[in-house]
Amino acid sequence: MSTINTIQDLTNQEYKWGFVTSVEEDKIPKGLNEDVVRLISAKKGEPEFMLEWRLKAYRYWDSLEKSHAEPKWANVKFGPIDYQNMVYYSAPKKKPNLKSLDEVDPEVLRTYEKLGIPLLEQQKLAGVAVDAVFDSVSVATTFKEKLAEAGVIFCSFSEAVLNHPELVKKYLGSVVPYTDNFYASLNSAVFSDGSFVYVPKGVRCPMELSTYFRINAAETGQFERTLIVADEGAYVSYLEGCTAPIRDENQLHAAVVELVALENATIKYSTVQNWYPGDKEGRGGIYNFVTKRGKCAGRNSKISWTQVETGSAITWKYPSCILVGDNSVGEFYSVALTNNYQQADTGTKMIHIGKNTTSTVVAKGISAGHGQNTYRGQVKILKGATGARNYTQCDSLLIGDKCGAHTFPYIEVQNSSARMEHEASTSKIGEDQIFYLRQRGISAEEAVSMIINGFCRKVFRELPMEFAVEAQKLLSISLEGSVG
Amino acid sequence: MSILEVKDLHANIHNHEILKGLNLTVNAGEMHSIMGPNGSGKSTLAQVLARREAYEVTRGQVLLNGKDLLAMKPEEAACEGLFMAFQYPVEIPGISNAYFLRAALNAIRKYRGEEELDAMDFLPLLKEKMRLLEMDERFLNRPVNEGFSGGEKKRNEIVQMAVLEPKMAILDETDSGLDIDALKIVAKGVNAMRSPDRAILVVTHYQRLLDYIVPDYVHVLVDGRIVKSGGKELALELEDKGYSWVEAEATA
Repeated sequence: MSTINTIQDLTNQEYKWGFVTSVEEDKIPKGLNEDVVRLISAKKGEPEFMLEWRLKAYRYWDSLEKSHAEPKWANVKFGPIDYQNMVYYSAPKKKPNLKSLDEVDPEVLRTYEKLGIPLLEQQKLAGVAVDAVFDSVSVATTFKEKLAEAGVIFCSFSEAVLNHPELVKKYLGSVVPYTDNFYASLNSAVFSDGSFVYVPKGVRCPMELSTYFRINAAETGQFERTLIVADEGAYVSYLEGCTAPIRDENQLHAAVVELVALENATIKYSTVQNWYPGDKEGRGGIYNFVTKRGKCAGRNSKISWTQVETGSAITWKYPSCILVGDNSVGEFYSVALTNNYQQADTGTKMIHIGKNTTSTVVAKGISAGHGQNTYRGQVKILKGATGARNYTQCDSLLIGDKCGAHTFPYIEVQNSSARMEHEASTSKIGEDQIFYLRQRGISAEEAVSMIINGFCRKVFRELPMEFAVEAQKLLSISLEGSVG
Repeated sequence: MSILEVKDLHANIHNHEILKGLNLTVNAGEMHSIMGPNGSGKSTLAQVLARREAYEVTRGQVLLNGKDLLAMKPEEAACEGLFMAFQYPVEIPGISNAYFLRAALNAIRKYRGEEELDAMDFLPLLKEKMRLLEMDERFLNRPVNEGFSGGEKKRNEIVQMAVLEPKMAILDETDSGLDIDALKIVAKGVNAMRSPDRAILVVTHYQRLLDYIVPDYVHVLVDGRIVKSGGKELALELEDKGYSWVEAEATA
C-alpha cells in the first residue's frame, strides 16, 4: 500500500552531515596505556593534579577492562570493542588561537558553516554562544567577552583546567566519579576536551550556551567532558549538538557530563544528538555511550534534561538527577528515535534524597525499520525524602512491523509519604490517522511528520525555540523512508 | 454540470466485492442522500470516493469535476475539492485543531496556486465557522478530536468542511451518535454550506437527519447497487415501510 511506501520513503533519507573535512591532523598512534594518558595530558599542558586524576582513572579502567567489566545489562547488541585499535587524540594541526577566529583553520570553519553553525562574528547565531569541538579539541568559543561581562565563564575544558584550576578541582568528578562505570572511567582517563561553564551567584546567563561536537577523524574515539556549575541563584540554559562523517566502521563516543546546581540555581540542558547512525544495513555508525548526571545540591535547585536522540548506531545514556537539596526539582524530557538497525537504551535515574523533592519524566520512543528502542528508568525515593513526588510518562510509537519498543521502569520507594505516578503506552502509527490528514489535503509525508511531532510535543516544547524547529526537521529527516 | 459522476463502480475489500455496479450523478447545487440497510455498501462508497487505499476498485469510472478521481491520491482528491466528514473522526494527539486545519487549508490553497494564509488571517475565519457550529473557542487549541465527545467530534467535522469549502462534500453517517440538539446544530452547519456551485452527498441509515437536511434526491443502496431513486418523499416511505420493501422490489 502506498502509505507504507510513503513511510519507507520518509525513513530512507540519507544522512546529510556525513562529509569528511580534509584537514591536517595531529593524531597520536592507536592504542591505550599509561604513556598515552601522559601524552594527552602533556599535549594539553595540564597541571599535575589533572594528570594524577587521569592516571587513577586509567588504572581503574584498566582493571575493569582486564576483568571484562563492561556493562552488559543494556538491551543492545554489538561485537567486542578493541580499545587498543583506536586513536585517543586527534586535533586539527593549526593550533587554534582562541583570541581570534582568523587563526582557526579555514577548513574547520567551513565545516561548521556547512553544518549550519557559523562561528564567524558577523554570522553568529543571534543570542547563542557556541563552543565548537572538532575531534579532540575545542576550536572556537564565541561571545566570550560578552559573557565575561556578566561574570559567566564559558570556555573549553582545556582552558578551564589552565585558567580556573580551583573550580575544576572542586567539581570535577563530584557528580560522576572516575569509578562510576566502565565508559566514565575510560573518559576520565583520556578525555580531550569539552565545555566548561561557571555561572556565578545570582547571575542569569544572558544568552543560550551551546557546544557543537563534530567527529571528523577516522578510527578515532571522541571523549569529551562537560562540567557546568550554577552557583547560588544562578540560571543557565545550555545545549549541545553533534554530527559525524559517514564511515563503515563503528566509532566510539564516550562522553561525561556533570552538572552542579547550588541553592536556588537552575540548569537547563538540551541535547540534539545526531551522530552518524550507520547505513540501512546497519553498517557503521557511532556508539554513543554517555554518562550524564546532575546534582541538585542546594535547596530549591532545579535541573532539567531535554534530549532528542535521532543519531548513533547504539545509544546508551541515562541523563539523571540526584536531588539532594530540599524542594529540588529534576526533569527529564526525551525523544529517542531508532530507524533501520539503530538501537537505543536510554532513560533516566531520579534519586530523591532531600525533602519535598519532585521529578518529572516524559520519555517518547519512536521505532521504525528494524530499530530497537528501550526506555530504562529508575526512580528511587530514599528514607529521608519525605514528601517526594514523581510523575513518569513513557510512550512508544511503532512504525512498521519489524521494529521493537521495550520499557524497563524501576521504582524503589523507602519513604511512605512518597507519591508516584507512572503512565505508559505503546501505539502503532495509525493508518487511520494518516488517512484522516490526507483526506484534508495534507500529503502523506507531512501527515506522518505531523503525527510524530504531535506525539513528541511535550518534549519539543521544552527545547529552546530555534532548536525545537531543528529537532522537528531532524526527526522528519531521520524517518525518511520508514513511514507507511 | 455534474460534479460527481460514478459509472458502473465495482469495489472490493479483502477480496470481497461490496460495490457491484453503482451509478450516480450529482450536479452542482444539489443535495443527494444515499440510504440503505447495514452492509449495503454505503460507507464503502464514501471511502472509495475519498480514495482509501484498503478498497480496491475492480471496474468502473468516477469523475470529479470531469477528472479521473480513481487516479488521485487521497490528498489530491481533497485538493480537487472532495471532502468527507468521517463517521468515526480520528484523534491526533499533540496537534491543535487550529494548527491542523490551517495546514490543511494551506495545502489545498497551495495546490490551487493560491497564497497561503498566516495565523492572523486564518484565526478569524476559523472562529466564525466555529461559532456557526456552536463550538467553544477552547477547541481551537485542543488536540484534534482528542477527548471530544461524539457530538463534538461530528461538529468539528462540519467546522472543517466549512473552512475547507469543498466542491463535493460527503457526509458519512454524520448523524450517528448525535442527540437531537447536536443533530440540529450539525444540520444548521450543513444547510449553511448549500450553494449553487457545491454538491453534498449525505450517507445515512436513518431518515431522522433528513428532517433537518432536506435532500433533492434520495437513493436507496442495496447489495452494492442503487436500486431506487426518488425525491425526498422516498426517505419518508422508507421510514414507513423499512428497507425490506425495496429489497423485495429489487430482487423481484
